[in-house]
Amino acid sequence: MSGILAGKRILVTGVLTESSIAFQAAKVAQEEGAEVILTGFGRLSLVERIAKRLPKPAPVIELDVTNQEQLDGLADKVREHVDGLDGIVHSIAFGPQGAFNFLEATWEDVSTAVHVSAYSLKSLTMACLPLMPRGGSVVGLTFDAQIAWPKYDWMGVAKAALESTNRYLARDLGAKNVRCNLISAGPIKSMAAKSIPGFEELADVWNHRAPIGWDLADPEPAGRGVVGLLSDFFPKTTGEIVHVDGGVHMMGA
Amino acid sequence: MAHTKEEIVAGLAEIVNEIAGIPVEDVQVDKSFTDDLDVDSLSMVEVVVAAEERFDVKIPDDDVKNLKTVGDATDYILKHQS
Repeated sequence: MSGILAGKRILVTGVLTESSIAFQAAKVAQEEGAEVILTGFGRLSLVERIAKRLPKPAPVIELDVTNQEQLDGLADKVREHVDGLDGIVHSIAFGPQGAFNFLEATWEDVSTAVHVSAYSLKSLTMACLPLMPRGGSVVGLTFDAQIAWPKYDWMGVAKAALESTNRYLARDLGAKNVRCNLISAGPIKSMAAKSIPGFEELADVWNHRAPIGWDLADPEPAGRGVVGLLSDFFPKTTGEIVHVDGGVHMMGA
Repeated sequence: MAHTKEEIVAGLAEIVNEIAGIPVEDVQVDKSFTDDLDVDSLSMVEVVVAAEERFDVKIPDDDVKNLKTVGDATDYILKHQS
């Protein structure tokens, strides 16, 4: 098998539908030669149906990143399918509805958002560390947290926490040859977007400011970015955030 | 092979029953998935995915929001099935 991920074993979280960035990452990873294992949360039967739409079948393991028991058991469950991992895709985020109202949100709303969306990068990576004795590549998905967006509110704060978590993970796992990086993707009309009230207003920025354009309905560019960072083509890149956003991040207006 | 209207309604009823636990006999053409049958948004996604497989149709996200009732979905599948 040829391809930039030939022979690599990749755990992909966050596949829910074909519009999930994680689905595209899994698809491109398989096309590039990787063996892919999926994790799913909540609607496992939906994830299993969608998994069948990948180029090759992929097993689905249940994983709630807020459930320590499931995290503790993850490595053994992955070992039922592969003997180790070369990469992890973290595509997990959740904010209760209250988190999308900045001034009214409760700590309960905020803490849930940070736990699921940011801390989970650390907990997922540590749960998988025994599977990567020679190192590996961890890639997460962020939404540019350097600035304030319409509607995004405490999810924006959670993404800022994710970006910082990525840097500290990169610092502390560097000696183990584990690279940690994020793709900062433009908005995608996925299930995640449907749960953001006012997503259209947020996404409209991309209709005007992307020098190379941006298609809200196409999650593949972000998926390809993820695969690039999983590959050996970024051997000395860690703690980095690569924008796959049509160029919006660097435009002043 | 193309499915008849009756086959599609019966098939949708089985799918909604399997995914959302709604009794088969409650799934009638005039029923709204969300308002009458209490199918939540994620279950609706799975209903669509299952219907695509069963009836060999592709239902794009942009069309899903127009499928409010079982009858809407039935008509859509009748029209688009290969």
